Amino acid sequence: MDVFLFFLFASIAVICGINVVVQTHPISSALSLIGVMGALAALYLLLGAEFIAAVQVVVYAGAIMVLFVFVIMLLNAGGESKVSRSTLARWLGIPLVITLLAMLSYIIQREIPKPVPVVFGEFTKGGAREVGRLLFTEYLLPFEITSVLILIAILGAVVLARKEID
Amino acid sequence: MSHVPVSWYLILSAILFTLGVAGFLFRRSVITVFMSIELMLNAVNLSFVAFSYQLKQVNGHIFTFFVMVVAAAEAAVGLAIILTVFKNRATLEVDEVDSMKH
Repeated sequence: MDVFLFFLFASIAVICGINVVVQTHPISSALSLIGVMGALAALYLLLGAEFIAAVQVVVYAGAIMVLFVFVIMLLNAGGESKVSRSTLARWLGIPLVITLLAMLSYIIQREIPKPVPVVFGEFTKGGAREVGRLLFTEYLLPFEITSVLILIAILGAVVLARKEID
Repeated sequence: MSHVPVSWYLILSAILFTLGVAGFLFRRSVITVFMSIELMLNAVNLSFVAFSYQLKQVNGHIFTFFVMVVAAAEAAVGLAIILTVFKNRATLEVDEVDSMKH
């Protein structure tokens, strides 16, 4: 059952991920990206990360992607115009991407000495209680700094959206 | 085989990261480039959670949480920049916003 669920959500994530890259219209890419995030939330649940799965759905799929779709709607973004690339870029692009993937996979296979099998329900420390306890004890200072970061981001967004900048 | 090893999750993460890199390099619409960055961040989050399972620690979840927060801040600022660029240039193609090249 675990294998079936993994392959189901992994294939959804990969297909939607390919769709993000190949679609020419931004709104199609955005909807595919929401599919990737939903599939990843299910995979987080399989890995025992309940809190992160919930935050993934609420923050990523809920807030960030709504922001994206909102901006696409606001700018009335259409499909991309076709521009001819150089022949070097056309013939070298896909092989280089596949090379990157092969290198990453090789390093992962080599550097993980003993990959443990993922059993659903075995790792139960990913709930809100454990994550919250660690977040507010050991990682309290980074958490507070993050709030400053968000404040700066809000100020930056307001300033950028308000003034006429040349 | 009835269970999936952790390394398969990491390879899925590598596939998604590579797709994000490909989208970042191949696409010309600035919004799609931005979404490719989000895809890469998601792939890294998956590997954080997978490593967290491997080591039976919650610290990876905390890092994922911080990555999400930073991604939210980055999306807000980045989309504001895209709005400003569109207001001044009336274009969303990354190749046409090249005034720093000349």
